[in-house]
Amino acid sequence: MLSIFDRIGKTEGKIHAFVTLLREQSIEKAKKVDKLVKKPERLGLLSGVPIAIKDVICTNGVRTTCSSRMLKDYVPPYDATVVKKLNSEGAIIVGKTNMDEFAMGSTTETSFFGPTRNPWDLNKVPGGSSGGSAAAVISEDAPLALGSDTGGSIRCPASYCSIVGLKPTYGLVSRYGLISYANSLEQIGPFARTVEDCALLLSIISGHDDKDSTSANFSSKDYVSLLKKENEVKGLKVGVPHEFFGEGVDNDVKDTVWEAILKLESLGCTYNEVSISSVSYALAAYYIIAMSEASSNLARYDGLRYGFRQEKDEGDWATVYAKNRKEGFGAEVRRRIILGTYALSAGYYDQYYLKALKVRTILRRDFERAFKEFDVLVGPTMPLLPFDIGEKIDDPLTLYMCDVLTVPANLTGYPAMSIPCGFQDNLPVGMQIIGKPFNEETILRVARLFEQNTDYHLRRPNL
Amino acid sequence: MVDEIIVQQMLQRKKSNMENQITREEIEHIAWLAHVELTEEEKKVFTEQFNRIIEFFEKIRKVDTEQVPPTYHVLDITNVERQDEVGKSLSQAETLKNASKKEDGFFKSPRIV
Repeated sequence: MLSIFDRIGKTEGKIHAFVTLLREQSIEKAKKVDKLVKKPERLGLLSGVPIAIKDVICTNGVRTTCSSRMLKDYVPPYDATVVKKLNSEGAIIVGKTNMDEFAMGSTTETSFFGPTRNPWDLNKVPGGSSGGSAAAVISEDAPLALGSDTGGSIRCPASYCSIVGLKPTYGLVSRYGLISYANSLEQIGPFARTVEDCALLLSIISGHDDKDSTSANFSSKDYVSLLKKENEVKGLKVGVPHEFFGEGVDNDVKDTVWEAILKLESLGCTYNEVSISSVSYALAAYYIIAMSEASSNLARYDGLRYGFRQEKDEGDWATVYAKNRKEGFGAEVRRRIILGTYALSAGYYDQYYLKALKVRTILRRDFERAFKEFDVLVGPTMPLLPFDIGEKIDDPLTLYMCDVLTVPANLTGYPAMSIPCGFQDNLPVGMQIIGKPFNEETILRVARLFEQNTDYHLRRPNL
Repeated sequence: MVDEIIVQQMLQRKKSNMENQITREEIEHIAWLAHVELTEEEKKVFTEQFNRIIEFFEKIRKVDTEQVPPTYHVLDITNVERQDEVGKSLSQAETLKNASKKEDGFFKSPRIV
């Protein structure tokens, strides 16, 4: 544990992955584990293993900020279910990681505490919104981390930092204790440097939870054993949607991912191109739905029971709340709340929100059709290589375009993973693998097959 | 009432086919609905940004959604309930811990009346 904090000490000044570090508590817990080691039957699956948690997940007694001024001093009185599960397996939470404010963003630049930097190139973005978690894992601050994914917020930073990141099937992992941004779209998911570690973490955090009424009636599986059944990968049918290789995708990225697909073919999979035309409407539908849900989910932040509140209450309650929210929320959060309110308002509800929900149905039907023919769908995770910090932040729409390849999995609820599949100009490229609902094991097998026959997962940045 | 005028303007705009042009007044109205204050500078900048974003939203109009039901939720579950039994809840002290203004065990709210 001391060496972990030494490592964090060396890297934090450069990458700024953490909002809160738990040095004393972690060392105390590690000492307890040392004593337990003498009684191996008392050890959990993750005893003594350090893990970083995105600051959108509630930790009892430990500040949870969503990287927002609104929750700068908020200390939850309860643990999220995933945190309870990690604690009961003996994991040691070393800190809470930096993120885009309220998970709204793809670069970790909207954080009230300042951006996280990409460990591969400190001038570039690490991806977002779980940028801190991904940066911490690739920098070897912790071998495991948790993030959340509403429109790509686990897969994007996994791709930009060159690690494994999985968005589970909607409903597989409890959202109890996950601070809501868009509740019909988001899931907590694992980050790791290898597919096997990712599988282990997934086994621990998944499973039905009575406390989350949107939790599916599925118990957790032993994904580590399941993923080792390699013979089931031969002959696996890989679908490659045209729409994932469209105009907006960088040629360098396309080439790297195609090489990876051909590698999968050489390892026994078969592939075929497919067209899923509704994918072209997914991004617009996603943002309408996400912003609408956000306007509702963030209505609770008025400063009364918790959260930022001005020193003096000036004016009536509506003015006071409006001022608290202006001071507590950054520009992107307020932008999305207002757009969401607009999309849900009288006269516009049918035109935008309801319409987007119908487009969502069409996308789901198209996915169901595609998955009758294929076992997984594959493509790039991100349309561009990691770009400079500050390059896109002033133009929201350009930034939203970064999510074009990741949002379909959130809209449909299907599981999706990003794995490292190459480098261009020394910057990581990620490949996205989408699977059938509640069938994460197939994604894990394909990913592991690729990982064992390449060495991208062994590369580390020069920090 | 101000809001009635704004809603009238919005519906008028829809009729005259300029529906994707959001005005500064509309943004102010919506900001009021959402209880989010904006600075003068933000009102200017947001108006331009919103128009581009809303134009982008308009894309989905082209999709034929005749007879297509909306998907509010991807899982096939409804009305998940639990037994009406009293369980453990937070103590008063825990509940008040994060409030910045409190008095005598109450949350202190701004003036309502």
